[in-house]
Amino acid sequence: MIRIRRGIGALGRKVLTGAALCATSAAAWADRPWNFQTPVTPIAQQQYDLHLYIFWICVVIFVGVFGVMFYSLFKHRRSVGHQAAQFHENTVVEVVWTVIPFLILLFIAYPATKTILALKDTTAPDMTVKVTGYQWKWNYEYLGEGVSYYSELATPLAQIMGQAPKDEHYLLEVDHPLVVPVNAKVRVLLTAGDVIHSWWVPAFGVKQDAIPGFVRDTWFKAEKVGIYRGQCAELCGKEHGFMPVVVEVKSKEDYDKWMGEQKKLAAAAADDPNKVWDQAALVARGEKVFNANCAACHQAAGTGNPAAKIPALVGDPVVMGPPNDQIHVVLNGRNAMPSWKSLSDTDLAAVITYTRNAWGNKASAGLVQPAQVLAERGK
Amino acid sequence: MSTVTPDQLGHGHDDHAHGHPTGIMRWVTTTNHKDIGTMYLWFSFTMFLVGGCMALTIRAELFEPGLQIVNPEFFNSMTTLHGLIMVFGAIMPAAVGFANWMIPMLIGAPDMAFARMNNWSFWLLPPAAILLVTSLFVPGGGPSAGWTMYPPLTIQNGMGMDLTIFAIHIMGASSIMGSINIITTILNLRAPGMTLMKMPLFCWAWLITAYLLIAVMPVLAGAVTMLLTDRHFGTSFFNAAGGGDPVLFQHVFWFFGHPEVYIIILPAFGIISEILPAFSRKPLFGYASMVYALAGIAILSFIVWAHHMFTTGLPTAGLLFFMYATMLIAVPTGVKVFNWLATMWRGSITFETPMLFCLGFLFLFTLGGFTGLVLSIMPVDIQLQDTYYVVAHFHYVMVAGSLFAFFAGVYYWIPKWTGTMYDERLGKIHFWSSLISFNVTFFPMHFLGLAGMPRRIPDYAQQFADWNMVASIGAFWFGLSQLIFLYAVLKCIFHKGEKAPAKPWDGATTLEWTVPSPAPYHTFETPPVIK
Amino acid sequence: MSSATTPGTAPAYYIPQPSHWPILGSFALLMMAMGTVAWINSIAFGPWLLLAGFCVLLVMLFGWFGTVIGESEHRMYSKRVDMSFRWSMSWFIFSEVMFFAAFFGALFYIRNLSVPDLGSLGSKILWPDYASAWPTEGPYLNSPFTPMGAIGIPLINTLILLSSGVTLTIAHHALKAGNRGSLKLWLFLTILLGFTFLCFQAYEYHHAYTEYNLKLTSGVYGSTFFMLTGFHGLHVTIGAIMLTVMLVRIFKGHFDAEHHFGFEAAAWYWHFVDVVWLLLFVLVYWL
Ligand code: HEA
Ligand code: HEA
Ligand code: HEC
Ligand code: CUA
Ligand SMILES: [Cu+2]
Repeated sequence: MIRIRRGIGALGRKVLTGAALCATSAAAWADRPWNFQTPVTPIAQQQYDLHLYIFWICVVIFVGVFGVMFYSLFKHRRSVGHQAAQFHENTVVEVVWTVIPFLILLFIAYPATKTILALKDTTAPDMTVKVTGYQWKWNYEYLGEGVSYYSELATPLAQIMGQAPKDEHYLLEVDHPLVVPVNAKVRVLLTAGDVIHSWWVPAFGVKQDAIPGFVRDTWFKAEKVGIYRGQCAELCGKEHGFMPVVVEVKSKEDYDKWMGEQKKLAAAAADDPNKVWDQAALVARGEKVFNANCAACHQAAGTGNPAAKIPALVGDPVVMGPPNDQIHVVLNGRNAMPSWKSLSDTDLAAVITYTRNAWGNKASAGLVQPAQVLAERGK
Repeated sequence: MSTVTPDQLGHGHDDHAHGHPTGIMRWVTTTNHKDIGTMYLWFSFTMFLVGGCMALTIRAELFEPGLQIVNPEFFNSMTTLHGLIMVFGAIMPAAVGFANWMIPMLIGAPDMAFARMNNWSFWLLPPAAILLVTSLFVPGGGPSAGWTMYPPLTIQNGMGMDLTIFAIHIMGASSIMGSINIITTILNLRAPGMTLMKMPLFCWAWLITAYLLIAVMPVLAGAVTMLLTDRHFGTSFFNAAGGGDPVLFQHVFWFFGHPEVYIIILPAFGIISEILPAFSRKPLFGYASMVYALAGIAILSFIVWAHHMFTTGLPTAGLLFFMYATMLIAVPTGVKVFNWLATMWRGSITFETPMLFCLGFLFLFTLGGFTGLVLSIMPVDIQLQDTYYVVAHFHYVMVAGSLFAFFAGVYYWIPKWTGTMYDERLGKIHFWSSLISFNVTFFPMHFLGLAGMPRRIPDYAQQFADWNMVASIGAFWFGLSQLIFLYAVLKCIFHKGEKAPAKPWDGATTLEWTVPSPAPYHTFETPPVIK
Repeated sequence: MSSATTPGTAPAYYIPQPSHWPILGSFALLMMAMGTVAWINSIAFGPWLLLAGFCVLLVMLFGWFGTVIGESEHRMYSKRVDMSFRWSMSWFIFSEVMFFAAFFGALFYIRNLSVPDLGSLGSKILWPDYASAWPTEGPYLNSPFTPMGAIGIPLINTLILLSSGVTLTIAHHALKAGNRGSLKLWLFLTILLGFTFLCFQAYEYHHAYTEYNLKLTSGVYGSTFFMLTGFHGLHVTIGAIMLTVMLVRIFKGHFDAEHHFGFEAAAWYWHFVDVVWLLLFVLVYWL
């Protein structure tokens, strides 16, 4: 009872705060976001200016049109005794108010066209990053550098569920942001592994859908060092709201230093696909891979989701069958099952070994080595 | 009533035809356009409440950051079904309800051209509604890919999506039959002397709407059929692995979807064009250019669809084409707005509730039109696509646009429908309360969108908290305001109010005001002659 | 409720009595929708519910059309009502045109935009080995098939449908000339041609599945091929049934030189199906 009453009390206070907000002073209004975020790329700047330009045109038309309306409502009321005129046509005015809006549109179309031509120009980039959207994380791959990693929401669940106070960057924090150098033209190639996502960084003026099976591109050239935050902007399932995009723009030197470290790390992490593993180690590693990649659909307990046509892996004939068939399915995907070529041979061997031994599964050939995956990949 | 006696029908006719059924069977079997119109309007209002409750679930979850009330998947189902139910269940049937009630009376016809099919058009809707609502309770959960149903996300959805697909098929069949009926009635059943260019503008608006419906509903049916076969029968229309393309769905959907938004607004334009002259006591300004503008909007509506797809990576030429074409729609729409203003200019204006809603419509629809124009500017849309700015835009044109116009229409015609005047004081309270709460709800969404809040999310970053709280409070207030409307309507139906004269509005000129109030069950059995 | 009439002459407006057919039809569609959804989601009662719904639908169609035919034969439809029927049939066919337009549009898009895109240079990072071509099963399905050529059954079917258009026109002229014997003969021939077409198509499908490995699941080629020709086949079936009903009515002595819109409507529909086939032949089989 008390808890409920307190709950209602809290709610009441919040409603009051909200209601008060509707009517507070100009000072309070100034803090609230009401326009685009501060642009840091030339394109974003153009969008910002273009928006304000159109906005003011609209305001002028709006004030003009409704000035006339309110004048008429005021002066031509019956209550002030106005008698109705009976005119109902005038070709000249009708033509005039067809042509004038058209001319105004030309004034809007011209700068808009210039910006479109500029933002579609992805030629001559300084570097290229391939971005792949997955449910619900981003993969960043620096083409030609051999560096690639995933970027996932870092806000703890407790904050989302209201069990811990929310940080400043609540929902806009990731474990590994995309890192780029300042003043470099970065070309972004976009695709997706499952459903459509959209990679959006407001401060860069970049929003591009990532479409599974197709490659789309866009570009940006950040002119200021800093951390910029955006979100996935295309409904992509239950965690669409939890798929932030964070880009860290570093000075050239810092970027080079960072890239050097990444390359070293990548070299260390790249497992030798010919290493022979023992089963327990692979299962342990496989569990992590499974929970990170597969559990979204097949569920952590391997039960799948029959209603959504996602097969259970517990006792599944493919999992219990010959290893090569399973490697084939996991590597290449089938129907709604995505392809997992992006995982390393070792990770794949681990996850497959895991599924063949977890949840009471006892496949005949329980242990799958990375070399087998490598061989299957070659086919 | 009928001069067609049952024995004339001979064999092949059923025995239920002897006499008019009463009670529930009157409504189930009716072939009367007024009965059917009434059922459409009640169905629409019911669905408005259902869809509205879903909107309130959304707004309650978004009241503050964090997940409190529903889980994200259910939230997505709420968004999806709210959109589908409001568009297909609330707004479109309301427009057809007006068409049924008013078109025969406005053109001096005794009924719709196909009275029996008319009944079917209506009775297809409840099954569709049942399918939609059931979808929430089946294994796998409701449809949760948005009302736009983009694959491949829709392919992942459970059984609820299949129910939705069939609901759309059935609603499409209903719309097509309804539209054929309306077109035929308008083209073929006008009273002698009622030339096309003498028709009340509401009929013109519906003639063109019906044409749009027949042109695009089958395309939507095709689109969801492809979804169905991709989901269950292994086709690859939207699957790159088989050579298809998820974006193909978007093209087909929006080829339907953009004309659809004009299907939603044109009947509203028609209603406004009837009411403004009546309360300005002055004929509608620029009748001919109004008709041309309607036609212009309809034609343009077929070549602008990709403005919903500016971020999918279309080639530059496509972007430019669709941007220019979209901007052009401002021209005919502007003509309409200016004509309405000129209608009021030097009139003798009074401010009864229908007129208030018309003015609210004019003001807020134009505002929504301007945000539409902002969205049509492709470089700006990059920042705004899939944000709350879009949500604000379309609620301004659909809620303050269509819905307000329909409220205006109900207040305007309810004396004719029920024979009782509505309560003017209640009407005014309803108007002002709706107007203010509407803006409290949806105006802040512009700021949210500009600042970068994506749509279709159950939780958001801290900087969006204040405006969301304001919007949620507005939403509940707006919802409650609609209970005033319900009360005002019920009062008329139960004749609690002044008796309405045949023509309560001294400025009204159309044919429906020549028959008594309430309009007799059958009107214009002998067609009036129009000079 | 139409303007007063003497029995036997048609009222200016005809407004039917209250009818329970529509609600029955709605009920049938609800059952069919629920049944189909259950079926494709492997719920056991699905097919039965679908079947039951279909039976109800049949009852409704028989009842409703029976009523309409009865009314028509009692000359309760005036010239104006006849005009209404003409408008409505035209708009209905227009809606069918738009339905096919959606699928032809998809075919156009796939052939000219999405498949070339998948094989383009930009897509090499995803599909390194895919060279776009038509017909195709897409970059990833790897189940080779033989596409359906235009010469052979499709060509024969084209000729069949074209000649069925001619026979139908002859039948129509015979009807207008009051020559019922010739009407029956030519209409019968038309229907026969229609069903021959369907048999050939069934054979072609069988052949595709068994010999060509060409299936609904054979990538976009299979998808567009079977969906377009399949929906067309469905429309041929409906058209043939309509014509059969007309033939039965003619044997019952319905229609005369002036009153035969039922027949004309079926004929319009048949010609529409014909035109769609020509497009199919050119765009699906030939090019
Ligand atoms: C009733 C429904 C309705 C109406 C009438 C409109 C009208 C318009 N809409 Fe809107 N729109 C929707 C419903 C509607 N829309 C919906 C539902 C969506 C979202 C769908 C989804 O994604 O879920 C949407 C989304 C949408 C988008 C995509 C946004 C995005 O997702 O990124 C765009 C982009 O161009 C757009 C543009 C327009 C334009 C230019 C008009 C024009 O018709 C407006 C014209 C009117 C005026 C301009 C005002 C009056 C004119 C004058 C006073 C003359 C003088 C003016 C000038 C010269 C500027 N709309
Ligand atoms: C014409 C159509 C229409 C109408 C009338 C409305 C009406 C409303 N919409 Fe609608 N909306 C859409 C069409 C419409 N919407 C569409 C197409 C979408 C996109 C969906 C998608 O993204 O896929 C959308 C999406 C959408 C969103 C975005 C959701 C998201 O992105 O996740 C939101 C959020 O606030 C919202 C809110 C509202 C509100 C508060 C109302 C209010 O006006 C509703 C008011 C009505 C009631 C509240 C019910 C009546 C009152 C009672 C039952 C009495 C009881 C009331 C109380 C106890 C308070 N809508
Ligand atoms: C996007 C959802 C999704 C994810 C993520 C996913 N799967 Fe699957 N998986 C499916 C679907 C759907 C199928 C069924 C494919 C079909 O239609 O044949 C499937 C099938 C399988 C099969 C074959 C089972 C059978 O009976 O055919 C195996 C094995 C499998 N998945 C393993 C994995 C592994 C291992 C991972 C993670 C590395 C994974 N899946 C991630 C959706 C997914
Ligand atoms: Cu990823 Cu939304
Ligand atoms: Cu649009």
